[in-house]
Amino acid sequence: MTKAVVQSWTALRPARRTSVPEGSWLRCPSCAQMIYRRHMETNLHVCPECQHHFRIVASERVGQLVDPGSFQSEFDGLQSLDPLGFRDLKAYPDRVLAEQLKSGRPDAVLAGECFIKGRPAVLCCLDLGFMMGSMGSVVGEVVTRSVERALERGLPLVIVSCSGGARMQESGLSLMQMAKTSAALAKLDRAGLLFISVLTDPTTGGVTASFAMLGDVIIAEPKALIGFAGPRVIQQTLRQDLPEGFQRSEFLRECGLVDRVVHRHELRNEIARLIDYTGG
Amino acid sequence: MPATMSTFYQLEFEKPIVELDRKIADAEASGSVNGELSSLREQRSKLLKELYTDLSPWNTVRVARHPNRPQTRDYLKMLGRDFTELSGDRRYGDDPAIVTGFARIGEFKVLVVGHQKGKSTQEKLDCHFGCAHPEGYRKALAKMKLAEKFGVPIVTFVDTPGAYPGLEAEKRGQAEAIAVNLREMSVIKVPIVSLVIGEGGSGGALGIAVADRVAMLANAWYSVISPEGCAAILWKQANERNNSAAADALHLTARDNLKLGIIEEVLPEPAGGAHRDPAQTAATIERWVVDSVRALKDVPPETLVQRRFERFRKLGRYQEVQAPETPVQAPEPA
Ligand SMILES: [Zn+2]
Repeated sequence: MTKAVVQSWTALRPARRTSVPEGSWLRCPSCAQMIYRRHMETNLHVCPECQHHFRIVASERVGQLVDPGSFQSEFDGLQSLDPLGFRDLKAYPDRVLAEQLKSGRPDAVLAGECFIKGRPAVLCCLDLGFMMGSMGSVVGEVVTRSVERALERGLPLVIVSCSGGARMQESGLSLMQMAKTSAALAKLDRAGLLFISVLTDPTTGGVTASFAMLGDVIIAEPKALIGFAGPRVIQQTLRQDLPEGFQRSEFLRECGLVDRVVHRHELRNEIARLIDYTGG
Repeated sequence: MPATMSTFYQLEFEKPIVELDRKIADAEASGSVNGELSSLREQRSKLLKELYTDLSPWNTVRVARHPNRPQTRDYLKMLGRDFTELSGDRRYGDDPAIVTGFARIGEFKVLVVGHQKGKSTQEKLDCHFGCAHPEGYRKALAKMKLAEKFGVPIVTFVDTPGAYPGLEAEKRGQAEAIAVNLREMSVIKVPIVSLVIGEGGSGGALGIAVADRVAMLANAWYSVISPEGCAAILWKQANERNNSAAADALHLTARDNLKLGIIEEVLPEPAGGAHRDPAQTAATIERWVVDSVRALKDVPPETLVQRRFERFRKLGRYQEVQAPETPVQAPEPA
């Protein structure tokens, strides 16, 4: 049954996703200014008024980082199963199918080889548009295969993370993806290859506590929420308000946990420069 | 023995046992005929076995959290000799929520790394109820590297609701500490065996459980999130009913984890759980540790590490179908 459901999503998917008509103006959640949507979008989804970085889907991220025409997605044939027969208020396969139709993607990750300002690299982006970028077996496998591809081809690896954490619907198997991806990164590390981890809003839970914090260089986008435990959980534990800016990129840099906080406009340049510095 | 049991903290589902314990105590006090007493005792042990044979997952979680359930330090006293505790991460401090040190178990010298929840109120507070801070994970790794240097096998006991979710823990890099353990444990060149003795809560558990062999005590649980955490998110509210539903859905019992290939073995507990007979449980654990270390000690380090990698590499369930015809391509610039 799962199989039938999973295979049908591409058939159900409209040939070209018709974008939902959205207003041409929107209010920036950070500065509350009314901004022209097209200006925001051509500004790499950054508010032209206050530089608020809007959350973007993986395909948009890839488009911003790679040389035009140089990226082709791989591992897209990997599909979630429902190993536990998981059902909360909704059955997991139904949830997956709904997310596939909504996002036009098989799961919460998009990866492939590419060129970044002429430098070859393996790029792997988590996708918030699919179950909050949560990591189940498919995400764990694609991240691991991306690491292995970098290893085989001797290429630098760039992973852009954004995730609510490990995917509860695959329970223990999701948890094991943390070990699997980290173990693969140990091999990449021993082989002397570069791994740049880019943390974007939000990166929490099992993704942060595995590959996302293992970059040789760790870059964060401005004001991104980055942490192990979510702020709500911490608030409940401590029963006190959290300080302003807690678990945001700049705070993590102060704590010595990330190397650089980089504006989205500069991300592509910075990645290329780091590849050059490390001899990639 | 049963008389002392009734002074124990009792779980809701064990109420029938409490009733029987009372009857047995009464019978003992009134000096009743031996026949009646032994029939009551027989009834009791039968009931205990029944209650524990098909525990619901949520009740399993309760047993795993039983306040009298033996912890790492209890097992060390029962099965370890010459325990030599080693403290501190050499960077920030010493986290009592993770105990580390050399010990002799059976014929082996090993390094023991284990979560400690605490027994007395003060110890519980010091240990944050078994929720380790980054310095705990860093201490664990530092001692594991020490063990590696001298070819000493590593035994870890997992017993945590999860890594500590707090302001200081985040500041000091909770996520990084766990992540580094996952990466480094995968390449440590001595045997590592891990046993979930109570709670195996998420990354906080896995942070000391990247091992060649992983086992669980029969009434332990191991999962990506606690039933309460899962219920709060997916069922929108943590309450008795939702927690129980989440515990079912998460497949967190030892048997479930065995089926999923996440662990190699389930170690039996005495009737009525580990807390009813710590010594017998310790004996079971000792046998498992000795057998496991014996099986691994002569494996060449490179093979050991490669097999450990493969053990985790193959975990995950997915299918591979033909990719959609139109792969995502980099768009032309706007
Ligand atoms: Zn703005």
